[in-house]
Amino acid sequence: MHDPVGATAHATGSRLVLALAGLTAGLVIAIALSLMVGTETVAPSRILAGLSGECDREATALLLHYRLPRTAIAIVVGIALGTAGALMQAYTRNPLADPGILGVNAGAVLGVTIAIATGVSLSVTTLAVPALIGAAFATVAVLLLASTGRGPATPIRMTLAGVALGAVLSGIATAMRLYDPSTFERHRSWAAGSVAGRQLDELTGIALLVLTGAVLALLLLRPLNAVALGDDVAASLGVNTRRTRTLTIIAVTLLVGAATAIAGPISFLGLMVPHICRLLAGNDHTRIVPLSMLVAPLVLVLADTIARVIIPLRETPVGIVTAFVGAPVLIWLVSGRRTNTQ
Amino acid sequence: MSQSVPEPSSLRADRITMAYQDRIIGEDLSVDIADGRFTVIIGPNGCGKSTLLRSLSRLLRTRSGTVYLDGKDIHRSRAQDVAGRLGLLPQTAIAPPGITVFDLARRGRYPHQSILSRWSAQDEAAVHRALAQTEMTELADRPVDELSGGQRQRAWVAMVLAQESSILLLDEPTTFLDVAHQISLLDLFAQLNSDEGRTTVAVLHDINHAARYADDIIVMSHGRIVAHGPPVDVLTPELLAEVFGVEAVVIDDPVNGGPHIITRHRTRIPASVAPTREEAP
Ligand SMILES: Nc1ncnc2c1ncn2[C@@H]1O[C@H](COP(=O)(O)OP(=O)(O)O)[C@@H](O)[C@H]1O
Ligand SMILES: [Mg+2]
Repeated sequence: MHDPVGATAHATGSRLVLALAGLTAGLVIAIALSLMVGTETVAPSRILAGLSGECDREATALLLHYRLPRTAIAIVVGIALGTAGALMQAYTRNPLADPGILGVNAGAVLGVTIAIATGVSLSVTTLAVPALIGAAFATVAVLLLASTGRGPATPIRMTLAGVALGAVLSGIATAMRLYDPSTFERHRSWAAGSVAGRQLDELTGIALLVLTGAVLALLLLRPLNAVALGDDVAASLGVNTRRTRTLTIIAVTLLVGAATAIAGPISFLGLMVPHICRLLAGNDHTRIVPLSMLVAPLVLVLADTIARVIIPLRETPVGIVTAFVGAPVLIWLVSGRRTNTQ
Repeated sequence: MSQSVPEPSSLRADRITMAYQDRIIGEDLSVDIADGRFTVIIGPNGCGKSTLLRSLSRLLRTRSGTVYLDGKDIHRSRAQDVAGRLGLLPQTAIAPPGITVFDLARRGRYPHQSILSRWSAQDEAAVHRALAQTEMTELADRPVDELSGGQRQRAWVAMVLAQESSILLLDEPTTFLDVAHQISLLDLFAQLNSDEGRTTVAVLHDINHAARYADDIIVMSHGRIVAHGPPVDVLTPELLAEVFGVEAVVIDDPVNGGPHIITRHRTRIPASVAPTREEAP
């Protein structure tokens, strides 16, 4: 029997599977490139030999102590920021929301700056704590600011509050750095957004935080899809809208805090990736979030590889590359009719 | 409990007080929604019709009193169980940009799914049935925001129907539609009500539509229920004058039977929307 609706629904389903498969393949290629390319190119055969621990001391050292951690961190940070951006856009019903716009990034940065300035902690794992506290503080503050007066926080009010608070928090962090040269120095490479110069063992704690946030995000997809229809409809469908919102905020805080702690603020990724995924897959969080989880690490691994070769011997922090790639994409998205603002 | 007492209706409010923050909308209100019947709520703007639907559907916590669904306090039941039993189409529903009709209808299946369950054949069948009933099958792949007002409203109705709840609460489903679309939608609700025995409650503005389609009419004014019963009993010239401030003649509908209201002229603006300047101290 001919069944147009079922056929289409089925087609979109299998298209999604295809897209996921293609993206996974793309990610594998990007990872291979990231391991190969840099100030010294390592041939694929040497990578395999190096990874299996055979022969070639030099390549093994380069891979295990330098490129592998760096690639792994780019993957974890990419997953974190892609997921966080998608959650933020769902939460605020604002296709242009991202952790940066809502001040969460700035909160995490301020947390880290304070920690660096007071000399409390300097290792990546311990930096996650002030980053998380800062991210949580910013999120809660934005929510409170946006919901003063009557009624719940609307997307527009949240965005305005986020931009304003983000500016204030960044200002404070900048002032702290300018008053204290040593803080400035220690903060510099971190703040530019870099996935370089960290070791794998530093990543474990961060990866666990990101994993928690990502699993939480996957559990929230269907409720978020219902919340997208408006709070009344969602509640009448049996969704606990308040719990959904709270868990979303917790997930975003975990993801952004963890990513910022290890890589510094990386702009535009969380904004750009989910937005592109929405254009590709439609306005459905059960598709946007999983796609973002693949596209964002893909973009970040590639950006980091490019950052390594763009100016030979002087590695450009990846945050700067994503900004350079992200800003034009953002302008393109906003200028066209491609933005489905409400 | 005695057997001779008629069975209480599945959905009823028992002396509820409805309020937003510190603003009380209605006090000590009791109502039984008759099972399997088509109930229409009418009343002037701002009299609390939407608030009553929100209270009956557990969206608004009552200040005092209890809403019972199947004899159980609706706020003590699991949200998802209530949603499987009772569907609501709110007054202002806006679809997310770009979402298709099929996708919208699909989201009505939320109460039937759990975190780990996958999209089932049963879910698929329910969505197909809902699209067929609303005659939206052909438009299933179209974005909702590109549809006409009538089609868009049908897409939302498909979403509520996909929910497969036995009670439907519809808040002004026909407002903003032209008369042909109003009637086709009301015909659909009447058919769902008579064919499947779904208890249906709809807020309508057109009193003649209420008279034509309702088994029971609930008339609200200032947060109170001032009349509740079959159209012939409820729609009297006295009541229309009291509640809506219109002078009306009630005749027998020559086409469909039942009462038909012809307004003569306006005697006064209902108090709920009248300027209160004179009352100021
Ligand atoms: N969220 C709200 N907060 C405060 N007051 C509200 C809210 N919603 C409605 N009201 C007020 O409650 C009264 C009843 O509103 P409503 O139930 O929407 O009336 P109706 O649906 O009959 O037009 C109105 O005076 C309205 O201003
Ligand atoms: Mg209303």
